[in-house]
Amino acid sequence: MATADLTSRGALPNPDVQKYEDVNRDVLKVLGRPGKGWWVLFSIAAAGVGLFLTSWFYQIYKGLGVSGLNAPVGWGVYITTFVFWVGIAHSGTLISAILFLFRAPWRQAIYRASEAMTVFAVMTAGLFPLIHVGRVWHAYWLVPYPNSRFLWPNFRSPLVWDVFAITTYFTVSAVFFYLGTIPDLAAARDHARGLRKKFYQIISLGWRGTDREWHHFSKAYIYLAALATPLVLSVHSVVSWDFAMAIVPGWHTTIFAPYFVAGAIFSGVGLVITLAVPMRKFFGLEDYLTVKHFEAMAKLCMLTSAIVLYAYLTEFFLAWYSAEPPERGSFWNRAFGHYWWATWIMLTCNGLVPLMLWFKRVRTSISALFAISIFINIGMWFERYVIIVTSLSHEYEPWAWGLYRPSVVEMGILIGSFAWFGFWFLLFTRLLPPVAIAEMKEVVPPPLRRRKEAVQ
Amino acid sequence: MIGAKRRQGHRGFFALFEHLDSTIEACKALRGAGYKGFRAYAPLPEHDLLEEGLALKHSPVRVFTLAGGLTGAATGFAFTAWTSMDWPLVTGGKPILSMPAYVVIAFECAILFGALSTVIGLFINAGLPNFRRMVAYHPECSNGSFGVYVTAPHARAETVRELLTGFEPSELREDPEGFDV
Repeated sequence: MATADLTSRGALPNPDVQKYEDVNRDVLKVLGRPGKGWWVLFSIAAAGVGLFLTSWFYQIYKGLGVSGLNAPVGWGVYITTFVFWVGIAHSGTLISAILFLFRAPWRQAIYRASEAMTVFAVMTAGLFPLIHVGRVWHAYWLVPYPNSRFLWPNFRSPLVWDVFAITTYFTVSAVFFYLGTIPDLAAARDHARGLRKKFYQIISLGWRGTDREWHHFSKAYIYLAALATPLVLSVHSVVSWDFAMAIVPGWHTTIFAPYFVAGAIFSGVGLVITLAVPMRKFFGLEDYLTVKHFEAMAKLCMLTSAIVLYAYLTEFFLAWYSAEPPERGSFWNRAFGHYWWATWIMLTCNGLVPLMLWFKRVRTSISALFAISIFINIGMWFERYVIIVTSLSHEYEPWAWGLYRPSVVEMGILIGSFAWFGFWFLLFTRLLPPVAIAEMKEVVPPPLRRRKEAVQ
Repeated sequence: MIGAKRRQGHRGFFALFEHLDSTIEACKALRGAGYKGFRAYAPLPEHDLLEEGLALKHSPVRVFTLAGGLTGAATGFAFTAWTSMDWPLVTGGKPILSMPAYVVIAFECAILFGALSTVIGLFINAGLPNFRRMVAYHPECSNGSFGVYVTAPHARAETVRELLTGFEPSELREDPEGFDV
């Protein structure tokens, strides 16, 4: 018989949500008419998208010379931001797939938003290689097909691996995200009227919630989670190999894959906190995104921050221990050279500030977490900047050293990418249920006649 | 919207239940009485209902996942190996068939094909997308209630109604026509 013993189902008891109907009511009301605040944010995001497109079109028109990229620093803000957004994406899959397989009791409320974040972050990241290659009309050369002389791409190149990894990641995370929303879109359909109903009717694929649908759906969901779990670990490893496979001092280390994956999860959870705090407030989802959820995410940040800090220190130690002059020089330059400020921002934001999370009082304070999450976002962007720019600016031969300074166009595209991401995320909060309705119901005690009789 | 499939000479009953346990018992009773083509509706993947009420066991979706994953891995290896041998040019002193490097491509293809064929498997088995008219349905089933839809020939309609009423549905709807769902 169905048991009301929620802890055995691995759920976090939520005393504020009593009935299935409460979940529908609280989540679907978010899909109503957007308020003034939403329109303000949306206008800002749309303006930022304008900035993004203007900067990009200007660069397409003028050529890559309008960026600060030049020898020896051929990778700059674009690749930094690419890695940053790919990293952001990772926590979404972590929360939706890995924590699902581990039956972590706190993921239900947060996973829809973080999964949406994953999809939009990969969408943002995917634009950066196109921006970075300059002649974007040749972007289809990334597709592995033979050229006019029937030569195929070199599959030994990590850049080709990256194309496969990012394409797969985008496809699988988008499919996983969409599949998970289908039952909730059906709930939205049954709630909506008029044109909205038609819209949800189509995108919910006519879901009815029959036993047959649920049976195969829940199985398919497990298998997709099982596929997404190794995928998420592989994607950032492959991204790290874009660097680690090259012999640039500061890049060529075996620690890169785990170090990048930990950093990715760290930055991603940071952004989930940054997004979830205002979302919870605006949409009145306090009963769903509770302090317990935030504390659990803070613990994830604590762990990954410790791994990242350990990786930073290991890198410095190994540079010294290798007794390789270029390696030592690269790391000396990193900490005390031209870009010292970027390195110290990275160390402070990713290593020192998150140490505050070791205090329970900080972990359970939403505003403190919000502030720390901003530091994490900044620090993790600078981590990639430090790795890419300082290493390239200071390779083997002293006469080949050089400096890089981002141009206005690059900054426009960087800022614009946040707006582009925000644009999609804001649309998401209005069109799709931002909290997984069906999965939240698993945390709610099922309505039982027998229990009612026992009470009477 | 496409028209719903009719079941000739049948009547349809839609019972809406407030409680999970009554739904499970109703399903068990229907199965005991020999009804096969009935459907249960739930607002969440309720495993007690699926496993106990309807005795659903393995889903063939897993075969799709495995087949897709294996196809993907094989495709990844075959594609990289074939293209390398198509123009066997040594670069960087590496062997023409640099298997360790191709593992990355094969792995990504395995995941991609596996995921996509899982979705195909789900769609085939669950009958999605289903754009037929929503006849045997109640909007409460995506909210807070469970439902059972069963069709019966006119002669046995009375028995079915009695059986369902016994489990105290909050609503019992009787359609003059039965539908395949």
